[in-house]
Amino acid sequence: MTTVVTPRPSGLPDAPSARAGTPPAGPPPATRTRSRLGARRRRKALLWALLLAGPNVLLIVVFVYRPLLQSLYLSTLQWNLGSPSARFVGLGNYVEWFTAPTTGRVVGTTLVFTVATVGGAMVLGLGLALLLNRRLRGRGVARTVAFAPYVLSGFAVGILWLFMFDPRYGLVQELLGWVGLESPAWYTARPWPLVMVIVVYLWKNLGYVALIYLAGLQAVPQDLRDAAALDGASSARTLRSIVLPLLTPTTFFLLVTMMLSSLQSFDIIKAMTQGGPLGSTTTLMYSIYEESFVGGRAGYASAVATVLFLVLLAVTAVQMRYVQRKVHYA
Amino acid sequence: MSAATLPRPAVAARPARRRSPQLGGSLAGYATMLFATVVLGLPLVWLLLASLKTPEELYQVPLQWLPGSPSLDNYAQAAGAIPLGRLLANSIGLTVVGAGLKVALGLACAYALVFLDFPFKKLVFGLVIATLMIPPQITIIPNYTLVASIGWLNTYQGILVPGLASAFGTFLFRQHFLTLPASVLEAAELDGAGHWRRLWKFVVPMSTPTLAAVALVSVVTEWNDYLWPFLVVDHADKMTLPVGLTLLQNTDGMSNWGVLLAATVVVTLPILLVFLILQRRLVAGLTAGAVTG
Repeated sequence: MTTVVTPRPSGLPDAPSARAGTPPAGPPPATRTRSRLGARRRRKALLWALLLAGPNVLLIVVFVYRPLLQSLYLSTLQWNLGSPSARFVGLGNYVEWFTAPTTGRVVGTTLVFTVATVGGAMVLGLGLALLLNRRLRGRGVARTVAFAPYVLSGFAVGILWLFMFDPRYGLVQELLGWVGLESPAWYTARPWPLVMVIVVYLWKNLGYVALIYLAGLQAVPQDLRDAAALDGASSARTLRSIVLPLLTPTTFFLLVTMMLSSLQSFDIIKAMTQGGPLGSTTTLMYSIYEESFVGGRAGYASAVATVLFLVLLAVTAVQMRYVQRKVHYA
Repeated sequence: MSAATLPRPAVAARPARRRSPQLGGSLAGYATMLFATVVLGLPLVWLLLASLKTPEELYQVPLQWLPGSPSLDNYAQAAGAIPLGRLLANSIGLTVVGAGLKVALGLACAYALVFLDFPFKKLVFGLVIATLMIPPQITIIPNYTLVASIGWLNTYQGILVPGLASAFGTFLFRQHFLTLPASVLEAAELDGAGHWRRLWKFVVPMSTPTLAAVALVSVVTEWNDYLWPFLVVDHADKMTLPVGLTLLQNTDGMSNWGVLLAATVVVTLPILLVFLILQRRLVAGLTAGAVTG
């Protein structure tokens, strides 16, 4: 059934009939009719808006904004998950977090994880994008292979790599053996568990960074490169002086996106290390889960969640300011 | 019928392919690309191979690369330890329903935001878009409490409903709707087509790429979603595949790699196939943020 525009139905509603019925002379009756009709139309539009946008807005209010506010409130309580009683402690939870002996370690781990994953993904992703931007046969296959891990379940990827890192039967120790390296105790000896988790995160997200960079690279005008080549610039020089500056908006976008996702990553850590050993892979995000759902301290965990929220908000705010100023650049 | 009316002849695609003709250093280029592809692809190949090996083959000290005689024993054992078929059905059902509802919610909401006039429209738009900046993590404890209090733990609706709100989809649909020719919709309105008809007969047919992108992104995120279903469900018969994998890891532990890896294949293979078949549309959706943000 693709009869796109059928002949007009009999009783033409709204506008045309209204215009036909109004006498040409007097403005007062015309406006009156129009405003009455306008009111009907507006009421109709409102009804449709409620019907179409209502469900989504309702879900957003109930499952995003309500919990956001409630979380702020919970962060002022000493309250255990599922417990009927709670005690108001004001900023007590925040004070506790800032002075807790483990906080320094958690923040440090989060910093290392974030810097390593974001920095690593950016550098390796750009390299991969530069490679895939060349006219090489089979680059389509390479692109597919590179991007595939990005669509897979983080938890499943964690399990897969746990096997890869198995100290005796894993592929990693085998490959390290080929080049004469002894495999470290990936599961147990610090800092290797953290390194392991970082490697897996990189593997999973590299293809995304590469693809975004690739799109950016393909927007770099070829004549700019040609001009640089004519002037005798080496390809390294062209990259540094022409390509990278033109990629700044892409770089900035990726930096922010990767930071946000890295700060919130959970599945891989849960699958591989559960934050251990001895808390050496417990990031801020993972500590929220542990405090609330393992330790049951939901009030305290809400305070930690607020801290993470503020960090993420700060990252986003920087992005928005930058984008507003730099939008003409892209 | 004539080719002249086609919006974009095939020729237009060509210049894009003719970029960066760096011919020098080709050999090094090919070597690097081959190396990168092997390194990035090896884990997945290794996973598939390992899931087909016997325990003896898995635990051999000079590693055995290929399974002697590939067997599905590990899969059978995994299905014996956890209700793998049920989990697969749960995952498929929740993904299809969840992604479908998300697309519908986003589509309807964006239609209202673009084509309807109603009070506080700007506020509603702001409210929807701002949720993109709110990390789901901060909502988890209150949402868990709510879901628990209304008896939704260990239910499908408990897994599904709290994550349904569509911000990303609404945003993408809205961006697309703003580019649609207003004249077509005005003509439809003059011809007496109501909003329902305009939405289905005009807007939806003109939005298939965006529909596909939003649907595929939703499929991937619903399928892979972990933390929320992991918290809400602890009965095996209501679990999704990634959560079931946790159960298997906790029961069989790392003592039985073959079984755990077979289950890992079951979790990853379906989405990998979706990716391989619908790669272009899926990538377009997943990287859409870069163009708009």
